[in-house]
Amino acid sequence: MKVAVCIKRVPDTETRIKIGSDGKSIDETGVKFVLNPYDEYAVEEALKLKEQSGSGEVVVIALGSDTSQETIRTALAMGADRGVLLKTDAVSLDPVVNAKALAGELEGGEYDVILFGKLAMDDSSQAVGTMVAELLGMPGVSAISHLEVADGKGKAEREIEGGVEVVEFALPAVLTAEKGLNEPRYPALRGIMLAKKKPLDVKPVELEEGGVTMSRLELPPPRAGGRILGEGPEAVPALIEALQTEVKVL
Amino acid sequence: MPGVLAVLEQRDGALKKVSHEVLTAACGLASGIGGAVEAIVVGPPGIDTDSVGAFGGEKLFVVTHEDFKLYQPEPYAAAVVERVKSGDYTAVVLGATAMGKDLGPRIAARLACPLAADATAIEANGGIKVTRPLYSGKALSELTITSTPCVISVRPNTFTAKENAREVSVEVIQAPDGPNAAVRARTVVVKEPETARLDVAEAAVVVSGGRGLKESENFKLVEDLVDAFGNAAVGASRAVVDAGWRPHSDQVGQTGKTVSPQLYVAIGISGAIQHLAGMRTSRVIVAINKDKEAPIFKVADYGIVGDLFEILPRLTEEVIKARGT
Ligand SMILES: Cc1cc2nc3c(=O)[nH]c(=O)nc-3n(C[C@H](O)[C@H](O)[C@H](O)COP(=O)(O)OP(=O)(O)OC[C@H]3O[C@@H](n4cnc5c(N)ncnc54)[C@H](O)[C@@H]3O)c2cc1C
Ligand SMILES: Nc1ncnc2c1ncn2[C@@H]1O[C@H](COP(=O)(O)O)[C@@H](O)[C@H]1O
Repeated sequence: MKVAVCIKRVPDTETRIKIGSDGKSIDETGVKFVLNPYDEYAVEEALKLKEQSGSGEVVVIALGSDTSQETIRTALAMGADRGVLLKTDAVSLDPVVNAKALAGELEGGEYDVILFGKLAMDDSSQAVGTMVAELLGMPGVSAISHLEVADGKGKAEREIEGGVEVVEFALPAVLTAEKGLNEPRYPALRGIMLAKKKPLDVKPVELEEGGVTMSRLELPPPRAGGRILGEGPEAVPALIEALQTEVKVL
Repeated sequence: MPGVLAVLEQRDGALKKVSHEVLTAACGLASGIGGAVEAIVVGPPGIDTDSVGAFGGEKLFVVTHEDFKLYQPEPYAAAVVERVKSGDYTAVVLGATAMGKDLGPRIAARLACPLAADATAIEANGGIKVTRPLYSGKALSELTITSTPCVISVRPNTFTAKENAREVSVEVIQAPDGPNAAVRARTVVVKEPETARLDVAEAAVVVSGGRGLKESENFKLVEDLVDAFGNAAVGASRAVVDAGWRPHSDQVGQTGKTVSPQLYVAIGISGAIQHLAGMRTSRVIVAINKDKEAPIFKVADYGIVGDLFEILPRLTEEVIKARGT
């Protein structure tokens, strides 16, 4: 089974965001970057698919600057076989532009399965994987929390409001991973050592111009917050009163 | 004059509430850049679309097929794209729901056009500016759309539906193909949950429980409060989902659902940054926690400090009394 996983380098979820001096980007000073959490599920699923089939290759692909090499090494340490960095100074704000660049690399790669995270924690578009499925004309199932693959066919489950959709498709297919799909493994020391020697191709890419520009980036308005009504059950009537008369939600 | 296309969503033949919000967002957009609001809905025959005119739609395209009872990604995308290509639209607006988050990217990819996902505000004044949260809501970006058509998905519960009565003409189109052999992926069934409670992403009131509940069985206390509110859903922190006390579909936060209910009640939840990311845009936040230093109190409009096991039964009782049920 030949599997590709598209992975992105994003700020750690613990990060407290500060706005940069240009007012259009974040201040990266002191920010720790990690493999996008949803992409961890995608890498884990790829490794499981390869293990189940008994042979094959897991290729991880990142579009980004040189700093993404570290992210690729993380996935290699988890067990992926080789990495590709599609090198660009900055990714686009327009998801279809990034999707086209990734689709260009994936096209003709003869992958059985192409995995993505459901969403990248920085731009939160939840779009690139599904767009790649469309651009490649392949079956695509987004935000899957369960997957079964056998005999060139697949069955996946995706959570919707108040239910779970079951989707059937034929391979090759593009899938995007939701939390709950699996438990990602942690890179072991041996994996980290091995990863240093695994192949990592760097290919410069030119991105198309997108149809979106950033006018402004700012912190959300702070919530007023912090009115403690009291302690213990005795404070309940005051809460009911506030919900009824002040904010009228009851 | 180019218009705005609102993509509506139906379930079991009824328009979902988000469809009215999408129409309202589309009307706002159209009033700033000109043109009329047209709408499209894809589904099985017999969808009840009576309310479309009331929320500002002037033309409605209903694309139906016997096999469209469930969301079928490819034929649904094909139907919308077909409409965009045969009409003239500056923007396609849809809801950032489970369906919209899948359908929006497909439409944008097929049209090779920009997508602004999960918008919380749209400003139209000659051009189009979209506000959308980045970094899981820790920052807000204002994007300028520089090429049209564009696709914009709007966060549910953010654009308050406003009546705007119009005369609507309806055109019903029989889709040539259902999910047939040419379709690459097919939705075969939707498994319904055992409980009939609402989904966290759709409820007006969300009561979420965290590790403070101590064990899975104690979620009964949360469920009782949810039932007392009515129109409410059970939510959960990641800690209790990972512990297996609640399904992932209940999880609120950065790796769960983003919710903006009228009222969010956090019970025995500390308020980690990843949890706050999923609920900080709720209209009113209430926190119950025994630790008065818990970070959740910093975002809560109202807090009660104390033991949830003492507070919850009393709260449930008082809510029942207040609602007179
Ligand atoms: C990549 C990543 C993604 C994440 N995504 C999410 C996410 O989507 N959603 C999410 O929620 N978390 C997420 N987390 C986890 C998050 O960091 C916290 O660990 C988690 O939210 C804590 O859950 P909790 O508040 O239930 O538990 P705790 O932090 O243990 O808090 C329990 C609270 O209960 C209170 N308490 C205890 N007993 C009582 C009592 N008897 N009465 C009243 N109060 C009581 C305590 O004072 C405490 O404040 C993520 C973490 C990472 C690293
Ligand atoms: N620059 C990138 N490089 C590689 N993969 C990416 C990139 N951007 C997005 N992806 C993939 O697409 C998924 C969804 O991203 P997004 O649509 O940006 O939320 C991510 O989880 C990644 O799997």
